[in-house]
Amino acid sequence: MAAVAVNEIRKKFGDVVAVDGISLEARDGEFMVLLGPSGCGKTTLLRIIAGLEKPTSGQVLIDGQVVNDIPPRGRGVAMVFQSYGLYPHLTVWNNIAFPLRTQGTARDEIKRKVEWAAGLLGIDHLARRRPRELSGGERQRVALARALVRDPTVFLLDEPLSNLDAKLRASARSELKQFQRTVRTATIYVTHDQVEAMGMGDRIAVIDHGRLRQVGTPTEIYEHPADEFVASFLGTPPMNLIEREGGSMGFRPENFLPKELLNGAAVVEFPFRVDRVEYLGSEHILYGSLDGRAAKREVTAKLPAHATLKGISRGAWHVFAVRETELRYFDREGRKTQHP
Amino acid sequence: MTAIAVDAPRPKSRFLLDRPELVGPLFIAPAILYVFVLVALPFFLAIYYSVSAFTIFDPNYQFVGLKNFIDVIDSSIFQRTLINTFIFTIGAQVIGLLLGKFAAMLLMQEFPGRGIARALVVLPWAVPVSLATLAWLWMFDSLYSVINWTLVAIGLMDPARRWQWLGQQDLAMIAVTVVHAWRLFPFGVVIFIAGFTSVPNDILDAATIDGAGFWRRNYQIILPIIAPIIVIALIFGTVFTFTDLSVVYLLTKGGPINGTHVLGSLAFQVGILSGDVAHGAAICLFLFPFLLVAVIFLLRALRRREI
Amino acid sequence: MTRLARKIAGEGSFYAAVITLVTFAAFPFYWMLITTFKTDGDLYNLKSNPYWFNAAPTLEHLRYLFEDTLFVQWLWNTALIGVCVVAITLAVAVPAGYSLARMPGRSGENLGIGIFLTYLVPPTLLFLPLSRLVSDFGLQDSLWSLVVVYPTFTIPFCTWLLMGFFKSVPREIEEAAIVDGCTVLGAFVKTVLPLSVPAILTVIIFAFTLTMQEFVYALTFVSSSEEKPVTLGVATDLIRGDIFYWGELMGAALIASVPVAIAYNLFLDRFISGITGGAVK
Repeated sequence: MAAVAVNEIRKKFGDVVAVDGISLEARDGEFMVLLGPSGCGKTTLLRIIAGLEKPTSGQVLIDGQVVNDIPPRGRGVAMVFQSYGLYPHLTVWNNIAFPLRTQGTARDEIKRKVEWAAGLLGIDHLARRRPRELSGGERQRVALARALVRDPTVFLLDEPLSNLDAKLRASARSELKQFQRTVRTATIYVTHDQVEAMGMGDRIAVIDHGRLRQVGTPTEIYEHPADEFVASFLGTPPMNLIEREGGSMGFRPENFLPKELLNGAAVVEFPFRVDRVEYLGSEHILYGSLDGRAAKREVTAKLPAHATLKGISRGAWHVFAVRETELRYFDREGRKTQHP
Repeated sequence: MTAIAVDAPRPKSRFLLDRPELVGPLFIAPAILYVFVLVALPFFLAIYYSVSAFTIFDPNYQFVGLKNFIDVIDSSIFQRTLINTFIFTIGAQVIGLLLGKFAAMLLMQEFPGRGIARALVVLPWAVPVSLATLAWLWMFDSLYSVINWTLVAIGLMDPARRWQWLGQQDLAMIAVTVVHAWRLFPFGVVIFIAGFTSVPNDILDAATIDGAGFWRRNYQIILPIIAPIIVIALIFGTVFTFTDLSVVYLLTKGGPINGTHVLGSLAFQVGILSGDVAHGAAICLFLFPFLLVAVIFLLRALRRREI
Repeated sequence: MTRLARKIAGEGSFYAAVITLVTFAAFPFYWMLITTFKTDGDLYNLKSNPYWFNAAPTLEHLRYLFEDTLFVQWLWNTALIGVCVVAITLAVAVPAGYSLARMPGRSGENLGIGIFLTYLVPPTLLFLPLSRLVSDFGLQDSLWSLVVVYPTFTIPFCTWLLMGFFKSVPREIEEAAIVDGCTVLGAFVKTVLPLSVPAILTVIIFAFTLTMQEFVYALTFVSSSEEKPVTLGVATDLIRGDIFYWGELMGAALIASVPVAIAYNLFLDRFISGITGGAVK
């Protein structure tokens, strides 16, 4: 049974459709990521699951029960907000204890649980401090402890890493994932950052304009995108999409290499003129164009650092190629199709 | 290579206005001067007069030490006045700010006509003290009071023995407190609304998810967070009421028989109407320790305002 | 109770509460309004229902007010005092606020708080010695005494307001002007002031309304009727012996209150923001 399931959820704010018929489920223990650009409806969906918003239509099920009419505290959910939402006037200890107090938990039980949660997240030594005295990373851990202490059925996290600076983000990411693996609670995580999504998610649900585009493991989504949106949203630089009869064809920059490097494979060749080279240390990004009809779009190639750039000069035409198995085809509506 | 740099030009007078060290103090001097001459100086003058025997009939300065203060403290009128000042202040704060909080919570809901309601609720505080008090004076009139008329019409008052709102000691006390509270409560409404809307939504959402219902959210989360703002409002409100002269002077002139005087109105009666500047100044100075306390609390609240 | 009944009861008591509060706040103004237009016969009649007109409304009180009293003179006095006080306040508070905002370190903030605190020093503490000062300077019984004294409470508050505002204007704009060749003063005048129009407007409105509301200094310093501002004149001169001319009184009160009330409504939020030191936006 799924820990959380949503069924045909629709949400309108006046005339604006924020969520347009999404059905999804997150299984027990799964780390499910809702990925999409700003304004795509992922946060709204999360809030509907939490009970902070009511859907215009559709059902929310937690542990198999329809919870549409149940307020947040009755749903067994715990939430971590983008700015953490810590109570500024309470100590860390009292922040974590707060959800237990509202349930009328006994004093010694509260003490036990708070100490357990604080210990798990390594923040015992901060118990007497106030939120304003903590760093960003410490605040996030307090927010997690507060969520953890309620023994929820599902964790809901709304872009919790976006307020951390870049350096901290990577370590916070792995800590979060570790944390989830330890507690094994179903987690729904909202982000617009595809690196976070790919790095953390057991499964990713790609959302755009209120619609679910694809849901699957990182591999499935990356290697077999269901449509052009998913194909170009994931991957840096994004997948090259070339117009052709009846739709388009795509290939990822890391699969677009000089022909010599693809010996022995069945390939499709493309004449490629390099206009610009970016050296990023670990790789080279080549910007250029193909000939013929495809000439209007800029095409990128990503070469690993150790691949030699000998013989490749700016302004000249070279023969690049893509393995046939790496080509993707999309129809006129942008949906994935087979090679015609 | 030829030298490119040239010696910096010596500061001539036309660069005077370029120097922040000059412009800064220059800009602030008039304000400081004004405040010093017309606030600090009179304050010291008040002390100077209070230890003298200066009256407008006998303007010779004679130092009399603390005699005026002792005279004043011994006077039963003054003792009554001091008590009154505290009673009115505390009474008005309690009624006014409680009503204000209650009204703020109502006015934060959406309902048709909310804009008009808000504008009307602000009126008592917005309108000049003297004019508003005159309206109440008319409403409390000994013969034609609309309040009395209504109470008689409902049957709660005997038309033969109408209440003299401003002529009877305890009724007069109530009347003054009501007018003060009435003036104060819009201030409370605005402060509370501003405070309520300043709490970040994330915190409110977190409290909802954590299981806090309406009352817990209000009393355990929102109120503690906006406490500094409430304290600032309380201090201002207290100072406004404590140092009032207009309401009492216009409503009761301190009567009946000096029973509703406050420090301000008594000082006016003694110092200006009777011409006894020395004693009047002494009465005024009793305001000072109270103000000092208020200032200290205000400073602490201002420092705490960023949580 | 059924859900619908509970909902109606809930909404009903909500509206009842709102109406009660609004009535409590606004009734005296309704009373002012209706008194102004009632005939004397209707007003001073214990038998008639005071809440509405029992005889046709009249303009008699207003006529008397404008033609037979010094009401218009008082309005004019108040306007004159207001304009002068606003001018003085702007001239002093704008540079002071700017200087405090740009002062390095915490000294600016502290000095600003110090000046703001003088707003708390009440007229009731200072009126007595000030009355001596005023007569020593020969300003007694003249509205110019008020023009001189009123800025003592407008300047502190307006300086504080402007300081907060100027702090929010980024320094880069002035620095760009200085690099382009302006003096410090020139940069201020050419770049910061044009951006400050809303704040300056707020200061003007506040200084004017604070002036219009004042009563204690007016009561103390001015005794000739021609020199009185309207808050004082209405309270003292529309009474003959023990007889209050209520129709005229309420009319005058109403007319003098309306502009202030409108102004306050428009600028309330900024006032609160100013008092709480910007803690509330």
